[in-house]
Order: sequence, then C-alpha cells, then structure tokens
Amino acid sequence: MKKNDVILQTVTNVVVFMIFLFSLQVFFSGHYHPGGGFIGGLMTSGAIVLLLLAYDIKTVSKIIPIDYKLLIGIGLFFAVATGAGSLLFNVPFLTHAFSHFDLPILGETSLHTAVLFDTGVYLVVIGVTMTIIQTIGEGE
Amino acid sequence: MSLLHLAIFLPFIMAVFVPFLYKGFRKIHTGWFVLIVPALLFGYFLHFIPTVRENEIIKRTIHWIPSLKIDFTAYLDGLSLLFALLITGIGTLVVFYSIFYLSKKREQLHNFYVYLLIFMGAMLGVVLSDNLISLYTFWEFTSLSSFLLIGYWYQRDGSRYGAQKSMLITVFGGLSMLGGIFLLYNMAGTFSIRELITHKELIMASPLFIPSMLLILLGAFTKSAQFPFYIWLPDAMEAPTPVSAYLHSATMVKAGIYLVARMSPVYAESPVWLWIIGSFGIFTMFWASFNAIKQTDLKGILAFSTVSQLGLIMSLLGVGAAALHYKDMDENIFIVATAAAVFHLINHATFKGALFMVAGIIDHETGTRDIRKLGGLMGLMPITFTIALIGSFSMAGLPPFNGFLSKEMFFTGMVRVTEMDLFSLDTWGLLFPIIAWVGSIFTFLYSIMLFFRTFTGKLQMDKLERKPHEAPAGMLAPPIILAALMIIFGFFPNILTYNIIEPAVGAILPELLEPGEHFVGHISFWHGPGIELFMTIGVIALGVVLYLTLSKWGKIYSWFPDKLTFNHLYDQIIKWLESGAKSITKGYMTGFIRSYLVYIFLFFIVISGVTLITKDAFKIDVSNIAPIGVYEVVLALIIVIGSATILLAKSRLTSIIALGAVGYTVSLFFVIFRAPDLALTQLVIETVSVALFLLAFYHLPPLNKHEKGIGFKLGNALISIGVGVIVTLVAISAHSNKLFDSIAKYYIENTHDKAGGENMVNVILVDFRGFDTMFEICVLGIAALGIFGMIRLRLTNEGGKTNEKK
Repeated sequence: MKKNDVILQTVTNVVVFMIFLFSLQVFFSGHYHPGGGFIGGLMTSGAIVLLLLAYDIKTVSKIIPIDYKLLIGIGLFFAVATGAGSLLFNVPFLTHAFSHFDLPILGETSLHTAVLFDTGVYLVVIGVTMTIIQTIGEGE
Repeated sequence: MSLLHLAIFLPFIMAVFVPFLYKGFRKIHTGWFVLIVPALLFGYFLHFIPTVRENEIIKRTIHWIPSLKIDFTAYLDGLSLLFALLITGIGTLVVFYSIFYLSKKREQLHNFYVYLLIFMGAMLGVVLSDNLISLYTFWEFTSLSSFLLIGYWYQRDGSRYGAQKSMLITVFGGLSMLGGIFLLYNMAGTFSIRELITHKELIMASPLFIPSMLLILLGAFTKSAQFPFYIWLPDAMEAPTPVSAYLHSATMVKAGIYLVARMSPVYAESPVWLWIIGSFGIFTMFWASFNAIKQTDLKGILAFSTVSQLGLIMSLLGVGAAALHYKDMDENIFIVATAAAVFHLINHATFKGALFMVAGIIDHETGTRDIRKLGGLMGLMPITFTIALIGSFSMAGLPPFNGFLSKEMFFTGMVRVTEMDLFSLDTWGLLFPIIAWVGSIFTFLYSIMLFFRTFTGKLQMDKLERKPHEAPAGMLAPPIILAALMIIFGFFPNILTYNIIEPAVGAILPELLEPGEHFVGHISFWHGPGIELFMTIGVIALGVVLYLTLSKWGKIYSWFPDKLTFNHLYDQIIKWLESGAKSITKGYMTGFIRSYLVYIFLFFIVISGVTLITKDAFKIDVSNIAPIGVYEVVLALIIVIGSATILLAKSRLTSIIALGAVGYTVSLFFVIFRAPDLALTQLVIETVSVALFLLAFYHLPPLNKHEKGIGFKLGNALISIGVGVIVTLVAISAHSNKLFDSIAKYYIENTHDKAGGENMVNVILVDFRGFDTMFEICVLGIAALGIFGMIRLRLTNEGGKTNEKK
C-alpha cells in the first residue's frame, strides 16, 4: 500500500528542520516569551511525527536512533536532579536560582536553573509522545 | 548538607553504581565493592562515641519543605548511635558473609546488593531522623526494600507469599503510624521529636493523646513483630540467609523497638503506655518461645526466637518507662529495665546474627535445615559447632556469655514490676515475672534443642543432600567475630556500659539524666545470690527436664487446631479481600471505554450539579462581559458545525478530521483572547493527537458497531447534554461569582523579581508550581511506559508465546 509521496517527502526534509529549530527557539525563549519545555517538546515531537508520516517507522528510527523510553528517564532525572541540587545549598527542594552573566559572543545573558528543570520537561514530553506514537504505530 | 546526611545517603548513592559494577567487573564478586560502604560508615560512627558519651547531641538540618514544617534533620544521640553502629557493624559482617554465601555465577547479585544498600540507607535514615515525616519516609523504604529482599528468590511461591505478607502487615502498621504522626502534629504543631518532648504537657492533656499513641504503637508493633502481628516474620525466612541475619538480628525488626524507645519521652508518663508495651511484650515473649519448640526448620526456630526476644526487649522498655512515671522516686529502680533493654538489644544482635549465619552454613554445607534430618555434625564442623555453642548458650542465658547478663537484668526488671502501685493491680503485676520466667524456660529449651539436635546425636548421612564438611573461612569469619564479641561482652560488659548503654538510656529517659552523670551503674558479672540467680537456676533445671521429656509432652502442640491461628485468619482475610475486590471490579470493568466515560461523566454531572444547586452557586452576572465580535461568532459556529460533523459522520476518518478542526478553532480562540502560550500548546497538542489518532486508526473496530436501540442513544444523548449544560453553568457561575481576589496579582508582581522571568505561564510551570510539573511529567512517563508495556505485551503474547525474551 506504499504510495508515491515524493512531494511530501521532499517538503518534509526541509520543513522538519525548520520546525525543529523553531521548537528550540520556543524552548529557550520560554522564560520571556510564549513557549517553554512543554510546548518545545511537543513541537519537536511534531517534527518527528511528520517524518513518521512521510517515511515509515523503520527509516525514521534509523535516522534518529533514540530510545525514547530512555529519554523519559533522562528527562525525569534532569528535573529531579535540578530539584535535589538545591538541597546542596541548604535551600528547600526545587528552589531555583538565576543570575545575569556577561558571556562572550552572546553578550549579557541571564542564566536560570529553571532552564535545567525545563530541559527535563522538554525531554520527558518528547519521550512520552514518541514512545506512545511509536508503540501504537509499530503495532501495524 | 552535612557529613551526617551524606552518611545516610551513601548507601543510596552506592546503590546507583552497583549494577554498573556488576556488569563491568564480572570476575569480582560485587559484594567486595559493597563491603566498603558499611565498613566506612561503621568507622565513621565509631568516632562519635566519645562525643556522645559526654551527652553531646549532633543535629544538622536540611530544609526540605519548610512551609509544611517538614525538614530532614539528622539527629545523633546515644540511642541513634547505638542503632547506627548495629546497622553498619552487623551490615559489614553480613555483606562479608554474603560474598561467600551467594554464588556470583548463579545469583543476580546486582539486584541483591541494590536492595540491601537501599535497606541499609533507609534504616540509617530511620534512626537518624528527628523529623517524624522523614522518619516515616525512611520507615516505608525499609518496608519496601525488605519486601524486595524477602522476595529475592521470586521464582519460589514461598518467597512471594512471605514478601507479600511482610509488606501488607508492616505497611498497614506504617500507615497507622502516619496517622499517629498527624495527630501528634495536630496537638503540638511540630513534626520534630525534640520539640514534641518539650510540648509534652500539651500533648498529654489532649483528647487525641491515646489515639495517637495507639496508632504509633501499631506501627511499632507490626514492624517489631509483636503479638499478634508476628505472623509475618516466620514467613520472611524465605529470604536468603544473609538477609535474615541482617533484617532479623540487627535491623528492621528492631525499628519498632527504636520507635518505642524514641517516643518514650513523649508518652511514657502515661501509665497506658507502659501497660500496653509491657503486657504485649511479655506475652509475645512467652507465646513465641512456646511456639518455637514445635518448629523443625532451623531458621523457623530462629524466627520465633527473634519474635520472642523482641517481645522481651519491648516489655523491658515498657517497664523502664515506669521510671518516667515515678520520676520522684530516689534511686529510681526502673532505670535498670531500660538499661537491660539496651543491653539485650546489643546482645541479641550478636547471638542472633551468629546463629543465623550458622544456620546458613549448615544449609549451605548439608543442603537442609530440617533438624529432624540433622545431627552429629559436631565432628565434621568443629568451628561451626563452637560458634553455635557460644551463640545458643548465650541465647539461652547461660554464663559466662553476654546473654546471661542481660537475662539477669531482665529478671531484675520484671521483679520490679511487682513494686508498682499503678491501677493498684498488685496481683496483675505479679504476672510479669511469672510469664517472664516461664518464657525463659522455653527460651532455654529451644536454644539447647537447636544446638543439640544439630550437632550431637547420630549423623544421618542418607538424609542429607551433600556430604557435610567445614564451611570456607570467609563464611566462618563473621560469626567468629560475633562469637568473640559475645564472650568479650560477657566478661567485660562495662566496655559497653559507659560508652554505649548509658548514652542510649539517657536518650530514652532524658529527664532523669544530669549531664555526665552515671546512673546505670556497673554491670558486674557476679552479682551475688539474689532472686534473679535462683530464677536462672530454676530455668536451667526445668528446661533440662522438659528437654528430656519432650517426646511425652510435645503432643500438646497438636491440640491447637490450625484453624484458630492468626496465620489462618490472615489467609482468610487475604482470600476474602481478593475475591471481594475481584467481584467488585468485574462488576464495573466492562472492557468498553464508553462505560468508563459514562461513569466519569455521570459522577461529574451529579457532583457538580448537586453542588451548584445546594450551594446556590448559580448566578448570571453580565455586568463585566466583553463584547462579542464577528470573529467569536464565526469561530463558535465552526465549532458547532465541527461537533455536529463528528456526530453525524459515516466514517471514522471524517470524525477525526472534524475533531481536529474543533481543536484548532479553540486554539484560535486563545489567539483572539491573547493567550499565546495556551494557543501554542493547543495547536501542537492537536497536531500530535490527530497524528496519533490516525496511527491508531488502523486498529480501531469498524464504526457503528454498538449503535443499536433507541434506549442506548437516548442515554448517550442525556449524558452529553447533561455534561454540556453543567459545563456551561459552571463557566457562567465561575465568571459571576468572585469570592476571592484573583491569584493572578501575586504572579504579576513576583514573576520578574523572584523568578527573573517575563513569561508568567512558564515561570509558574517551572518555578512557582514546579512540584506540580515534576509530578506531572512523572505521571506522563508512567503512562507512556504503561502504554508501551500493554501493547508490547499483547503483541508478543499473541500465539501463546510469553514475553520472556524481549
């Protein structure tokens, strides 16, 4: 039942990168503009889902050889470890800190521990969506 | 984070690395790596002895959830130190022993040591926490990890049964304890044990005093296997022997003892406390020692013996608590009971640890633990024989071993009970020494039975699986150390008196203690001919007579029908619960998602509807409404059309697309009302879920399968209309009722200053309400793994194949 989807595949090749870059932008700007780990993660999954629609699961897992279940674990670890890290400074669990730094090239940048936590959310969301979609998709 | 906290966390940290060590260094027994942890910790805790002897207390706090007064305070005093030394000291020996006991080829060592380390850390956490909530957390960790340890050989039915039993009973107690903790918090407004002691008057005056005491005691009694909760402990013997030696000689079962000792300053002034603990303890002691006689399994005897000895310690704590009740008495005569409890606690760890290891050696070398098959091992295993001799004679309370001294002190304590005038129950008080004495006879009896049946008599080679010979040196070394300690403590008990026992007694009875004062006194080996000595002589004389005539009177055990035991009761309750739960579940789990949705929606309609009506909450307030523009009308129309299409669609594909259209339109609403975050989320969610739908499309059954009958359709219609109406009403009422100031103001003011962000939604998610997000992603992860497991299992199970391979 394979159809000729040259157009879809060609467009996908280009668009996936755009979506992915945009999702990163959305993720990193989350603290100041709409976005964040949840949306960013979903958007990245959206890009991968598009790949899945254009190609098939086998090809995609060859292109992106990631065990999404592992990604869930890594994400959770990020989130919990960020929370637990605050214990080292004798402040309550999940207390965040932020400060402004003058970095080379980037100029003045604010760095937040919240971003680490958000990275956890980002990874978990990708892991969860892709695990579910892949498992159900592979059933075919 | 202090060094003390690190000491508690060290086993947990090590547990993370154990699987890698196991995989990476196949040739080296993983136990060698693990051994470092308890040995290191033991050394670390030893260096506190001089500090604690001066009654100095070490207290380090990590703030955990300060707004709920939950902190993780590491607290080290005499009592904590005693337990920490037991946990790490016996832990070192047990790990060392396990290296030789568990084969690195056949056993799943990484599992074993991970569980063991978690258990060790949890026990340290229990005894070193001042905050009751963190104590409870670690407490449940011990239940969990001991469940895993007992069920380590999970292929065996007995292991699973024993593990489940211990878990159900101890967790039941743990939850009761949690209730007790909350009641205490309710009375005194703090979770810290130190502060609770200072608020003692307040607590004693409260009507919740007795309930909280009973609930906490339920926790302690289930953990310490007191009557009638002892039934889990014999079944827990299915665990590998090093585990039995660890859990049941030194640690887990003593957590209950620890809790009782720790809470004594709060509760002990009440006579109820000492009567409950004293009488349950003494009865447990008698009952378990009586029942130990009929066991035929070496570990079975030891299990009942543990129960009995725990009862003994518990009763001593109860009697010792009288010291706080009779504070004004000069030369407080009850202190000796507490000292005896602490002393016996240490002694019990030494002799029971050694005896469990001996049982393990015998099992390992002969292939059986059944005393009916054993006998005559003395000549073949001389070293094991010597260790067993010292251990069982110490347990029996014979001189010159340490068990003798604490048993004498036990008798002293029990005789003192008759001097109490509480409740003017002089006649009842007399029962204590009598039961104690009778129990001691049976203790003597099972101790010598255990020893003589195994090592003397005729060797029955045909009944043994293997040809017995002496165990390897590595397995003998730990019990030899323990045996040496038994003799050392027997001859020089005062090594312990000033260094360990006094600080511990001081922690249990804080009010009676002046800093630096010695009040326990010298434990002397020969304490003159008193009533205690005559009691011991009586125990030995009667014990020997009973041992020689066992075949004559042993029949009385068969009089007691199995149906009347607590074990039977437990099994019945479990059976009843299982069948009850099954029939209830079968009633509503139809396997159709529409049934579940019907339940959910019906509940939603009823609960929200009833609340709206009874609370008179519904009102319409149009004063503050934004104008409705063309956009909104058009979007609403699209939504209505989309929804109608879903209902009327002939094919499923059409429905899915229409559903997607509805979702995207909703996100357009968010755009119009300037909620870009929500709009983005909605858009992406919609995309992903439509894709998911399309993927799952293939598996779905054909549409129109269930559509039959007007009643069915009517029911559906009623429910959907009901949900729609309720949601609309709730939305309108929510807009019209402004009972509180919006919380938005707080976020608007603090987003920039406290979290350094501009996007309020994101700041709330990751910072202000980070806990929510964390648990949410946990739930998401669990759900994904659940889906994975369900679908994968179903796929691989097709064709009757199991899911063993992948």
